Amino acid sequence: MAKQTGVFYLTLVLILVTCGLFFVFDCQFLALQLTPIIPVIGGVLFLFVLGTLLRTSFSDPGVLPRATPDEAADLERQIDVANGSTGYRPPPRTKEVVINGQTVKLKYCFTCKIFRPPRASHCSLCDNCVERFDHHCPWVGNCVGRRNYRFFYMFILSLSFLTIFIFAFVITHIILRSHQSGFLTALKDSPASVLEVVVCFFSVWSIVGLSGFHTYLISSNQTTNEDIKGSWSSKRGKDNYNPYSYGNIFTNCCAALCGPIPPSLIDRRGFIQPDAPQLTPPTNGITMYGSTQSQQSHMCDQDQCIQSTKFVLQAAATPLLQQQSSEPVIMTACPENGAPLPGRASLSLGGPCTSLPLGQPTPPTSTPSLSCHEADMLPIHGHSHTHTHSHNHIHPLQEQVAHHHYLTPEEVPSPPGMLHCGSPMGHSHAVQASFYNPASQDSLHEDSVRGLVKLSSV
Amino acid sequence: MAETHSLQDLQQPPVSSKVFVQRDYSSGTICKFQTKFPSELDSRIDKQQFEETIQTLNNLYAEAEKLGGKSYLEGCLACLTAYTIFLCMETHYEKVLKKIARFIKDQNEKIYAPRGLLLTDPIERGLRVVEITIFEDRSIGSGR
Repeated sequence: MAKQTGVFYLTLVLILVTCGLFFVFDCQFLALQLTPIIPVIGGVLFLFVLGTLLRTSFSDPGVLPRATPDEAADLERQIDVANGSTGYRPPPRTKEVVINGQTVKLKYCFTCKIFRPPRASHCSLCDNCVERFDHHCPWVGNCVGRRNYRFFYMFILSLSFLTIFIFAFVITHIILRSHQSGFLTALKDSPASVLEVVVCFFSVWSIVGLSGFHTYLISSNQTTNEDIKGSWSSKRGKDNYNPYSYGNIFTNCCAALCGPIPPSLIDRRGFIQPDAPQLTPPTNGITMYGSTQSQQSHMCDQDQCIQSTKFVLQAAATPLLQQQSSEPVIMTACPENGAPLPGRASLSLGGPCTSLPLGQPTPPTSTPSLSCHEADMLPIHGHSHTHTHSHNHIHPLQEQVAHHHYLTPEEVPSPPGMLHCGSPMGHSHAVQASFYNPASQDSLHEDSVRGLVKLSSV
Repeated sequence: MAETHSLQDLQQPPVSSKVFVQRDYSSGTICKFQTKFPSELDSRIDKQQFEETIQTLNNLYAEAEKLGGKSYLEGCLACLTAYTIFLCMETHYEKVLKKIARFIKDQNEKIYAPRGLLLTDPIERGLRVVEITIFEDRSIGSGR
């Protein structure tokens, strides 16, 4: 978790330090020379920014809880019936549904064992399906989805105002001082101003750009995910339009910003103690390693997950790098798939082995310069150095959304969090077999894993 | 709940199976369940009754998610008070969810339990499915 929230702390530090410097060094001068309202407005903006930031980071974006084993079994049965039980490698699971005249494909999430609702997507960093998935924002340390999109938007909007405000007034401060005592003296008297100007200057472009972009998205009722994929762009076809849009900008904005916020589904699940043995899922926010039921036996401390993942990655990476082969197959291989993948068997990870941090797509080369996107590169690289180029192979194989980056490929479920942390991950079959038992009891898991193998080799 | 009574009364827990009514996404992302009658319930309850239950559920969820003056007002008020207002009052959605819970309890008591069925509130399944548990009906003696 620490790794993933690193950028969030950076955001906090940047905001706190810049505002702190502003209030300490610039406000006195400005309050005296111009008007004391300036620090007041600054203070209000600062508090608003902080509030919305914390709200965005710590609220549940709209995580969809994983299916109970019974549900998953039922779905599997239905799919088998529909497909005529082809046996070893079932085809990729999709359902088509017509919404408002547009055909939308619903994909089956192998991690969550559900058919994702329209507009939902699986975030590999959070290892959860999120409703109305917009993107995973590392600056905020959380996914942005249905329940916290408005807070995110208010955050970037208020941050744009705050950045512009500080930038403008620091410049004013320096100019006024220069009139009094000369430019260089002014800079010497107020060194912090230089730092503030620099920070604000770079922030302004990205934050204001991002705000503008999201304003456009809100008014057309699209998610970042959909926009980047071009799901509803007219370039795809003449009859392609956004079925979720309400038609006019005003309604779209109201719906996104003032509409009802559904309660958190994972919080709710904390109250249930029905059939399956479950741990009470974490309520809210950054604990994204999921609030699940059937996976409870695999749930573990997040740090442990990350550590064991790193270990696994390092272990798996070396042979991977040497082999240069179809990594997707490896990534998703599980012990019992030893047959089709003989060479890989020793690398397989066992357990819910769909879980390698594949979810992190290749950082796009042609994205707009949005801060979230840019920042993505840092944690991506931070996460899996060994995997970055393997992603390059995987992406074209799996999706043509190579420009997709954080807008996680739906086909590739779970990331580090899913790995079974209890046992030393690893190399030996024996080890894998030992903790694969919980999963192996679940025959669905086998099928879904095989399905994955098929998927990724497509 | 009727279920626990029957579990306690019987010597052995009745064999049960579960039927899942999936979501219907044809109207978009709003919460709506398929009204298609599952074949497993054929012998237990009549189609009309079942469809009526599901339809009422759908209407209730639609009411919860409805966009209108009232919900906008609530949203704006919440924003102005920095969402602290939700410390004191429930959101409209939560109120409707409570209504739904009462409705399901009511339906279970009146209609489903006497037929050896149990509806589970969809919120407990993450609004993915309506889970209907079918208990073995000992009086009829049908094994499942």
